[in-house]
Amino acid sequence: MGMVARLVAQRLALGLLLLFAVSILIFAGTQILPGDVAQSILGQSATPEALANLRKELGLNEPALSRYFSWLGGLLTGDLGTSLSSGADISSAIASRLANTLFLASVAAVVSVPLAILLGLIAVRYRDRWPDKMISAVTLASISLPEFFIGYVLIFFVAVKLAWFPSIATVYDGMGFGQRLMTVALPAATLTLVVLAHMMRMTRAAILNVMQSAYVETAELKGLTAFDVIRKHAFPNAIAPIVNVVMLNLAFLVVGVVVVEVIFVYPGMGQYLVDHVSKRDVPVVQACGLIFAAFYIGLNLVADIVAILTNPRLRHPK
Amino acid sequence: MPENSTSPLLEIRDLRIEATVYPPGEAPHDITIVDGVSLTLQKGKVLGLIGESGAGKSTIGLASMAYGRGGVRITGGKVVLNGRDVLKAGRQGLRSLRGKEVRYVAQSAAAAFNPAHRLMDQVVEAAVVHGVASRAEAEKRAKSLFRKLSLPDPDNIGKRYPHQVSGGQLQRVMTAMALCSEPDLIVFDEPTTALDVTTQIDVLAAIKDAIRDTGVAALYITHDLAVVAQVSDEIMVLRHGKLVEWGHTRQIIKEPRQEYTNQLVSVHEIEHQEKPPRETPLLSVRNVTAAYGGGPIDVLKDISVDLYAGQTLAVVGESGSGKSTLARAITGLLPPKEGSIEFAGRTLPSRLAERTRDDLRELQMIYQMADVAMNPRQTVGTIIGRPLEFYFGIRGRERDARVEELLDKIEMGHGFKDRYPAELSGGQKQRVCIARALAAKPSLIICDEVTSALDPLVANGILRLLLELQAEEDVAYLFITHDLATVKSIADSIAVMYQGSVVRYGSKSKVLAPPFDDYTDLLLSSVPEMEIGWLEKAISSRRMESAGN
Repeated sequence: MGMVARLVAQRLALGLLLLFAVSILIFAGTQILPGDVAQSILGQSATPEALANLRKELGLNEPALSRYFSWLGGLLTGDLGTSLSSGADISSAIASRLANTLFLASVAAVVSVPLAILLGLIAVRYRDRWPDKMISAVTLASISLPEFFIGYVLIFFVAVKLAWFPSIATVYDGMGFGQRLMTVALPAATLTLVVLAHMMRMTRAAILNVMQSAYVETAELKGLTAFDVIRKHAFPNAIAPIVNVVMLNLAFLVVGVVVVEVIFVYPGMGQYLVDHVSKRDVPVVQACGLIFAAFYIGLNLVADIVAILTNPRLRHPK
Repeated sequence: MPENSTSPLLEIRDLRIEATVYPPGEAPHDITIVDGVSLTLQKGKVLGLIGESGAGKSTIGLASMAYGRGGVRITGGKVVLNGRDVLKAGRQGLRSLRGKEVRYVAQSAAAAFNPAHRLMDQVVEAAVVHGVASRAEAEKRAKSLFRKLSLPDPDNIGKRYPHQVSGGQLQRVMTAMALCSEPDLIVFDEPTTALDVTTQIDVLAAIKDAIRDTGVAALYITHDLAVVAQVSDEIMVLRHGKLVEWGHTRQIIKEPRQEYTNQLVSVHEIEHQEKPPRETPLLSVRNVTAAYGGGPIDVLKDISVDLYAGQTLAVVGESGSGKSTLARAITGLLPPKEGSIEFAGRTLPSRLAERTRDDLRELQMIYQMADVAMNPRQTVGTIIGRPLEFYFGIRGRERDARVEELLDKIEMGHGFKDRYPAELSGGQKQRVCIARALAAKPSLIICDEVTSALDPLVANGILRLLLELQAEEDVAYLFITHDLATVKSIADSIAVMYQGSVVRYGSKSKVLAPPFDDYTDLLLSSVPEMEIGWLEKAISSRRMESAGN
């Protein structure tokens, strides 16, 4: 077990290091953006004195390094700063947005991951026959269409024509779970269609790759059923690559939902970010960037650790 | 043909197997892999199927389970097992047949076991799935089989994963896996080919005992006649998917009726006269110690050997003994921690990057896997012509003329110049690699297991060619091999390696004459001889020795 623990600890340390590096990049990136924050807050008609006062108030005259460290120190204590445009505390504003985004992402993930893997298994079982071809055709078509197009098509048919689900996904505090599910049904369906093909194709490719191996032939020559051969002998050896692509897509569900949130007017992180980018609200952009990065790194870390844990050579050394 | 009694266990009649091939640049077409082969096998008997690669041995073996590997189709004939037509069994019937009545033991157990599951789960799987035994009964039987096959710690070895046991042990576990569901027939497909000789003999004895004790019948597939002579009652010789000869084991190896069988029986008889050492060695490896990646484990320990111009030094040992690592140290791919490589009277820089182009030219290599040692997108002419350009700057018509000369030397026609590696046979590929090495006009060629991947007859041709070229070009060979028979045919001097050290070194006549050290004795006594009863003799003399110690 020692080797596995060491490898996992190593990954975790690397993840933290990477997150630290990302924080530097985000901070540096927002510093070199053109324009002056004070100017954009006060507008073109501001007097030089007012500008100078505001700069002082915001700490913009301090050297970049000390501003970075005070920002980092705030982050570590859970203080993301205050929004320049509204003066509100970013942490509390983001909390509800993030919860909304994670809810939407989870609903999409709970549907899409098992569905993608199941479709991948079916595609392998009937490879090069009509079920495989149909699954590939449909999922590839859905990934090829831009998500706003899928979103509007769904709104037109399912919301407007059939009126099964609402077209605008407004959620508010105190909403029941069932009602929430109804509300996010369409954006979740859109996201599912977008991520399905990638995961399904990778599942299919990873398992087909394993199907070439001698131990699958051994299993076939034991007289197992075709589905048992795939489930018991091929799938366990294909977990690592599958988890990898699943995590990439989960990260996309959190980080890449901007367009879908805007289409369905969903109050999540994506919309929040887009709003504040246009207001040049640097602290909010920095905070959102870092949270997205943390999710991305965290999920990929999970994929790495799963790959380590599912490798019998590492789990059971000689 | 041996006489048949009534109702055999397995009867194959006029078996015809085809496959569609897709050669580059040609229209796909069907080829015949097995062409009208018939055989019968009685209960509890062992039939050896022997032949070179492409003879259809494995295909026939798998056909007895109605299985076609990689798009192979059974297009004609009948396969009857226990009175039932296997080819008409249907999906359900086939499944129970494969798990219960006939089992398969593959060449590489290391690849044939699923790395994700414990051995026991895999060993009992078929017996449990097909209702031969309950899980508990099957495990009990598996343990007693492990004991019978003399596996270490039989009660607990099943808890291990495949990567946790050695290759020889895995091969025995695979045999236990086949026996676990009490089949009537086992197809052994080259079960000892991937093992070292010293391991092979134990596995062979274990398989033979298990067959005798359980009364299971077997099809034993191999290319090694000496091995099959130890285990089988009858032998069937196949070539190009057709039957050549079928008879009792004694008749086949003592009185072969067909010319081809005779060639197989007498394959290793190359007479090679040992040359006396010259005054100064061409290559002198002095006290070389080396480790990979600066690690603490020395893969080579204080190696010192000499090789004279125009002669052959055979480096022989099992896998993991450090043979190929020695080649890497000499070529500069692995700079030694200590010691030096002297070549033609001077010390070679230990690192490849510090060697001059002429140093590189003097030392060429030929590898075991000829197909991966050549760029598949280059023609034979380009491959052989490359060293001519690189070392001598020879181009254009002169280069073409030299390439043709080299093709003459390796006894291949000039027409091969425009062919691609994929269009060549295994032996032809290795010849092209030899020509490429010769093109540099080296004084030393390192041959790393160059005949190991080839069929015996083809390997023999390569050995003869190498000897002829040595006489013509006065080139020295460092010949790395695990095969002692090859050593006898080609070497002038021999170094026996074991766990990174040279345990015996000297002229061929000295190394191969008693008194032997323990390891060389073990190595020599493990090489199967084409003689019925050799296995029992070898095993019992080994037991007596260990009892005597």
